[in-house]
Amino acid sequence: MLKITDLKVAYGGIQALRGISLEVPDGKIVTLIGANGAGKSTTLRTISGLVKAASGTVEFNGQDITGKPSNQVLEAGIAQIPEGRRVFPNLSVLENLKVGAYLRKDADGIAKDIEWVYQLFPRLKERYWQLAGTLSGGEQQMLAVARGLMSRPKMMMLDEPSLGLAPLVVQDIFKIIGEINKQGVTILLVEQNANMALKIADYAYVLETGTITREGTGLELLNDESIKEAYLGKTKAAK
Amino acid sequence: MIEKKKGSKANLIFALGLVVLVFVLEQLLPSSSMLLTVIKKSAIYALAAVSMNLLNGFTGLFSLGQAGFMMIGAYAYAILNVPTDQRAAVYQYFDGGIIQFSITEGISSVLGNVAGLIIGVLLSLVVAGLVAAVFAYLIGLPVLRFRGDYLAVATLGFAEIIRAFFQWDKLGPITNGSNLLRKFTNLADFNIKNSTGQVIINLSTTILVLIVAACIMIIAMMINSTYGRSFKAIRDDETAAEAMGINLAKHKMTSFVVSAFFAGIAGALLAMYQTTVQAAPFKTAMTYEILLIVVIGGIGSLSGSCISAFIFVGASEWWLRFLDEEKYNILNTHILRSGFRKVVFSVIIMIIVLFFRKGIMGENELNIAGFGRWLKRLFTGKKKPAIETEAK
Repeated sequence: MLKITDLKVAYGGIQALRGISLEVPDGKIVTLIGANGAGKSTTLRTISGLVKAASGTVEFNGQDITGKPSNQVLEAGIAQIPEGRRVFPNLSVLENLKVGAYLRKDADGIAKDIEWVYQLFPRLKERYWQLAGTLSGGEQQMLAVARGLMSRPKMMMLDEPSLGLAPLVVQDIFKIIGEINKQGVTILLVEQNANMALKIADYAYVLETGTITREGTGLELLNDESIKEAYLGKTKAAK
Repeated sequence: MIEKKKGSKANLIFALGLVVLVFVLEQLLPSSSMLLTVIKKSAIYALAAVSMNLLNGFTGLFSLGQAGFMMIGAYAYAILNVPTDQRAAVYQYFDGGIIQFSITEGISSVLGNVAGLIIGVLLSLVVAGLVAAVFAYLIGLPVLRFRGDYLAVATLGFAEIIRAFFQWDKLGPITNGSNLLRKFTNLADFNIKNSTGQVIINLSTTILVLIVAACIMIIAMMINSTYGRSFKAIRDDETAAEAMGINLAKHKMTSFVVSAFFAGIAGALLAMYQTTVQAAPFKTAMTYEILLIVVIGGIGSLSGSCISAFIFVGASEWWLRFLDEEKYNILNTHILRSGFRKVVFSVIIMIIVLFFRKGIMGENELNIAGFGRWLKRLFTGKKKPAIETEAK
C-alpha cells in the first residue's frame, strides 16, 4: 500500500533521514520505533507533505506522492494524527470532527461518519458541545484520532499517541487503534513506547539516527535481546 | 441541530424587530436627535468591528489596516457618486476631475429616481467594497506571509501609506487631493419628501441599519460555514489545520479580502453618513477605536462587537458629554472641562478590560432563544435543565 524507497531528508545541513526504505502492506499495523531524534516524526511529516524530501520516493497505492502538498496526500487517503494531539482548543468537539472532514463534500456521509466515530469513542458523544481545550489528555487524543478518521482515510499515521498519557489510558488508545485496524484502516504507528507498539504491530522497523537498523514482525523484535536492552528495559519481567 | 436552527430564526426576528424599532424611533424623534446620531454611527462602527473581528478574532490574523480599507471604500463610493453637474464645483482645483459620471445618477436616468437611488447606492456600495478587496488582495500577497506582530506592523504601515497616497496632488483629478469630496448621494436622499420638499417619512437611519444588518448577517453565515470553521482551525493551530488539508495561504487571503470588502462598505456608509469625505480622519486612531470595540465586545463574538459598538459610540459621543461642561462645578475645582470625558472614558475601558478579560461576550453569541428561556426561568423560578446548560 505505502512504499518508501531510499528517502533522504535534511533540515539545513542536518541529515534527519539518511535513506530509509519501508513498506506498509494493506490492512496491517506497521510500527516505527526509535529513540528521540531518530527521525520517526520526520518520516511521517515527509509522507504527509509537511516536509520536503531531498531525494527518494513515497508511493501510495502505486501513485507517486513525493513532495505533494498535504491536502493532496490527504485526498489520496492518508490521514496524519500529529504528535501532541493538536486538537483545536477553541472549537467544540463536534466542530473539530467537522474540520477533520474538511475535504469531503458529502454531507450525508459526514453525518454518518460522525455517528461512527461516536460509536468508537462514546466519550466524545457525551461531550460533543465541549471546547476541545477543556478535555482531558486522553480524551483529546481520542478526539485527534476521531478527527483523523473523519477524512475516511485508507491509511492512518499516528505520531506518538501515548505521549503524556496515563498507562491505563494508553491501553485504551491502543485497543481502539486495533479496533480501527480491524475495520479496514491500515495503520502506520510511530512510538517511543516500544513495548505497547510491538505488541500490537504486524511488522516493525527500528530507526536509529536516520537509518533503519532492524526490522521484523512485532513478536520477533519483542523477543530480541538487543531490542530489549535498548528500548524495553532489560528486565526479566518484560517478557 | 434543530435547536440551532430555531435559535437563528429567533435572532433573525430579533434583528428585524430592531430595524422596526429604529424606523419607529426615526419617525418620532427630531432628526437632530442624539440617539439617532449614535445609532447611525454605531451601526457603521459595528460593521467595521465585525469585519475586523472576522480577521483578528476568527482567523487569528492581527491586522491593523482597517481604517485604510475603510478609506478606500469611502473614496470609491464618493468619487463614483458626485453628480456630473456638481463635479466642476467639487473638483474646483482640478478642472472638474477626470471622472465624469455618477453611478446613482446614471442608473436613475434609466430606471427612474426611486429604483435608481436604491440600486445605484447598493451597486456603489458593492463597488466600494470590491475596490477595497482588490487593494487587500494586492497587499495580502506579500503581507500575509508575516505572522503576529509583524503582520500588524505591515498592515498599519500600509494604512498610513495609502492615506498619504490618496492626498497626493498628482492624484487630484481622481481623489481631489487633500480637499473635501462632497455633494455625492448620501443618507438624507433616502428620506421621502412631498412636492414642497418637506420630509414626510424619515428613512435615512433605517436604510443604514438595514444595510449593516444584511452585511453582518452575511459575515455570520460565512463564519458558520465550512469556511468559518477552517478560519477558526487556522487560528487555533496552523500546523494541525494544514494536516486536515486546509490550504493556509488561500484561507488567510479569503479572510483578509472579505474583511476588507466589508470594511470598504463600512467606509462607504461612513461617507454617506458624514456627507463629505477627506483622507485625514482615517488615521490609525480610527483603527484603534475599532480594535477597542472588538476587544471590549469579545474577540470572536459578532454580537459582542455590535453591542460594544453601540456602547462605545454612545459613551464617547453622548452619555459622557456632560463631563466636558464647566457648569457643573464640583467643590470649586475645575476638574470638569473640555476633554475630561476622555479621561473618564479611558478609566471605564480599563475597568472593563480588568473585569471582563474576554470582553463583554467572550466568544459567545447573543442567543435570543436562550435569553428567552433564561427570562422564563427567572420568572418561574425553575432551575436550568442539566443538559441544556452548556449545549451551544
